[in-house]
Amino acid sequence: MKKQFSLIIMISLFLVDSFSAQTKKGDVLIKNGTVITVTNGTRENADVLIRNGKISGIGQNLSAPSGVQVIDATGKYIMPGIIDAHSHIALDAVNEATQPVTAQVWTGDALNPLDVGIYRALAGGVTISHAMHGSANAIGGQNETIKHRWGTVKMDDIRMEGAPRTIKFALGENPTRVHGEGSGLLPRTRMGVEQVFRRSFSEAKEYMEAWDEYNNNKNKRGFKGMPPIYDLQKEVIADILRGEIIVHCHSYRADEILMLMEVFKDYGIEKLVFQHANEAFKVAPEIAEFGAMASVFADWWAYKFEVYYSTAYNAAILTQNGVNTSINSDSGELIRHLYHEAAKTQKYGNLTDHQALELITLNPAKQLGIDNRVGSLEVGKDGDVVIFENHPLSIYAIPQMTFVDGVKYFDIKEDRDDIRIYVDPLEEVDVMREMTEHEKCMSNTWEFLNE
Amino acid sequence: MKHIIFTVLLAVLAIASVQAQNPKAEYGAFALTNATLHTVTNGIIKNATVLIRDGKIEEISKQTSFQEDVKVIDCSGKHIFPGMIDGGTRLGLSEVGSVSLTQDYSEIGDVIPHMEALSAVNPNSALIPVTRVSGVTTVLAAPSGGLFPGKASLINLHGYTPKQMFAGFSTPVLNFPQSGKRGWWDERTEEEINKANKKTMEELDDIWQKVAQYHTIDSANAAGSTSVKLDYYPEMKALLPVYRQEVPLLVEVNKAKDIKKALEWVKEKNVRAIFTGVSEGFRVAEELAQAGIPVIVGPVLSTPSRDYDRFDRPYANPGLMKEAGVKVAIRTMETENVRNLPYNAGFAAAYGMSKEDALKAITIVPAELFDVADKLGSIEEGKQATLFVSTGHPFETATDVEHVFIDGWKIPMQSRHTELYEEFLQRSPGLKK
Repeated sequence: MKKQFSLIIMISLFLVDSFSAQTKKGDVLIKNGTVITVTNGTRENADVLIRNGKISGIGQNLSAPSGVQVIDATGKYIMPGIIDAHSHIALDAVNEATQPVTAQVWTGDALNPLDVGIYRALAGGVTISHAMHGSANAIGGQNETIKHRWGTVKMDDIRMEGAPRTIKFALGENPTRVHGEGSGLLPRTRMGVEQVFRRSFSEAKEYMEAWDEYNNNKNKRGFKGMPPIYDLQKEVIADILRGEIIVHCHSYRADEILMLMEVFKDYGIEKLVFQHANEAFKVAPEIAEFGAMASVFADWWAYKFEVYYSTAYNAAILTQNGVNTSINSDSGELIRHLYHEAAKTQKYGNLTDHQALELITLNPAKQLGIDNRVGSLEVGKDGDVVIFENHPLSIYAIPQMTFVDGVKYFDIKEDRDDIRIYVDPLEEVDVMREMTEHEKCMSNTWEFLNE
Repeated sequence: MKHIIFTVLLAVLAIASVQAQNPKAEYGAFALTNATLHTVTNGIIKNATVLIRDGKIEEISKQTSFQEDVKVIDCSGKHIFPGMIDGGTRLGLSEVGSVSLTQDYSEIGDVIPHMEALSAVNPNSALIPVTRVSGVTTVLAAPSGGLFPGKASLINLHGYTPKQMFAGFSTPVLNFPQSGKRGWWDERTEEEINKANKKTMEELDDIWQKVAQYHTIDSANAAGSTSVKLDYYPEMKALLPVYRQEVPLLVEVNKAKDIKKALEWVKEKNVRAIFTGVSEGFRVAEELAQAGIPVIVGPVLSTPSRDYDRFDRPYANPGLMKEAGVKVAIRTMETENVRNLPYNAGFAAAYGMSKEDALKAITIVPAELFDVADKLGSIEEGKQATLFVSTGHPFETATDVEHVFIDGWKIPMQSRHTELYEEFLQRSPGLKK
């Protein structure tokens, strides 16, 4: 009996736990700072009130409801949490590099909430990142948009609930090196890359039509036939054709960017964001006309051949040509100072403060399809906020506190040594990291490369 | 009439083709007037004029009118800084990061101190103009690889031959034996790592013993007291100036444990050393200061070397060492983005180092460490005219660099990046041809 009782308690605890799997929501009043709303100008000596994880007021002399913590931000800058549209932090695996098409896999199955990179991103004011599959495959895996809710051991806690589905595509050197050169599989050239897409879309279309036909006829009298064989890979690609998934495509050269837009036009696919896109500036009018977006580095170039003929003015040229553009990291290092990366667009192309800050807030939010929730400080949006000492575009900018859903996950005054959640008991020897890691998105591909 | 139009057309085309040529650097006499002068060694002088002639800073004054042969550049509201010096890069030695055929910084062999980075510097690298228009005028081009990968050379970022670029300093690099894992991919056990480390230390000591012997014989030869002929032994010949303390040895060392060991080693061997990298210098800052070993630290813009370190350790590292009394220069260890040197120093300044010390760490301090402080690193009369004019402090990203002078040459403010910007900001034809 006793045993049964404790079993019942355990089950009910589990149920309670599952029902309350909702993440923490906070309440806070940040007072008297310079509030950079991004969508509604900058307001001096203003307050931001967050109730139950959502922004409930922006204005002057807001008063704190009882029990709500007040933070004095006098002389400081309050801006929306920074969003990184290209990252690989908090992932245990990045590339399923075994085939040129792996739409069925999902980085959301390999989330690692223990990655100290999450905390380090928070220390750089970044509240949301796009945990992407790598760039080894022409059609890679699906990605997960995560919120940096540091301190949990549950992978579900860091998912951004309700964020649209996205998938990784890749063009150029990476898929051709890994598959064509490395494994002798198509594609070996940019010609082959195009045909991988055309075949995948055509086959998914046939698959979709076969299911439609089956579903439309299966209840009809006298129907004879079998359902098509279920294929998860084709299901996912069919969802791309249906417009249910945003494609984020690793790309560099202008010609391959044009190629993908032509293919997408042929299959009626519209939701497209070019990632890295070092040569996007060369075809900025075409990208603008298509309505695609671009997520780029501030100044990386020459680390591989396909970025040799590129320029740090890329983001500025794209912006001035009307392309929605963001600055991303693809690096556990750059993600720590995306505000500084965005500031470089003032050196390379004289963007205004407003334009530069949009590159790391509202614009990446649009690229991830979450701009109705985050990317600016507006009443009703999520309480994702960062407080800066000094203007965020100054070299002396230092994030002081970072909030996700109104909960403070980083406070420079409470920062301490060793914030790890999990310590590897077998780790005895110190690991010294490599100095610069270009293209984190080529992780887990070494065994496929001929070098 | 047709004839006239044709002539005009020809003239227009001729002008256009002249403009299409790559601009060349200009040499001569220049007066940079009414500037705020950041001398680095003698404070800030307002409304100052720098007169450049024969490649040198001839005079610092308040004068504003000059003879006709002097080109006057009004710098009202502008700032003048000495050219920034990056104390560790691969610039000139690698063109495209992933294409090994373009990489010349790592030769075969573990003990090859006679490899000259300078010989492999490509003066026509597209990366060089991209770097110098940012005000970084001088870099140490360093080899990497085994224990003694070769000699690093200080180069000015202007010139058509490595000799023209050479800025007067060259010295061997030692990669001090590492006791840690090289990265997450390093799957060696602790035992294997320790064994490898011990072996490399023995190898290093063995080499130093040989240098000592080589020195003894070479000295005896020079004094005429022996006629023992030395065989061709370029490795020893390259290390001899280090042994004789004529040049410093660049010791790449990062981990705290290894830094301590390196301190013992240089003391025991009586080597004049500069430690480079030094990513965990903050852990042993007192020891470094006591030993009087200067450091070239960086990249500052990097992740902490250990998961359990505070997020800001790489940013704070230069300031913490400086505070302990260490002489600190800053490097990027970059290739194509050496232009981020002022931001590496800027982050050090944001996270604890004084702004002045951070600026010194990329100007006068590396000049002193490389024995070229009589020529570079500050704005002083008689020094080489290697400097830049900017709209503000170079640490701030909004600052534009407007003029760059290297060794008295006025550098064209053009690079692949600016050229592509000009061509593509408003592409023609646009959508329709």
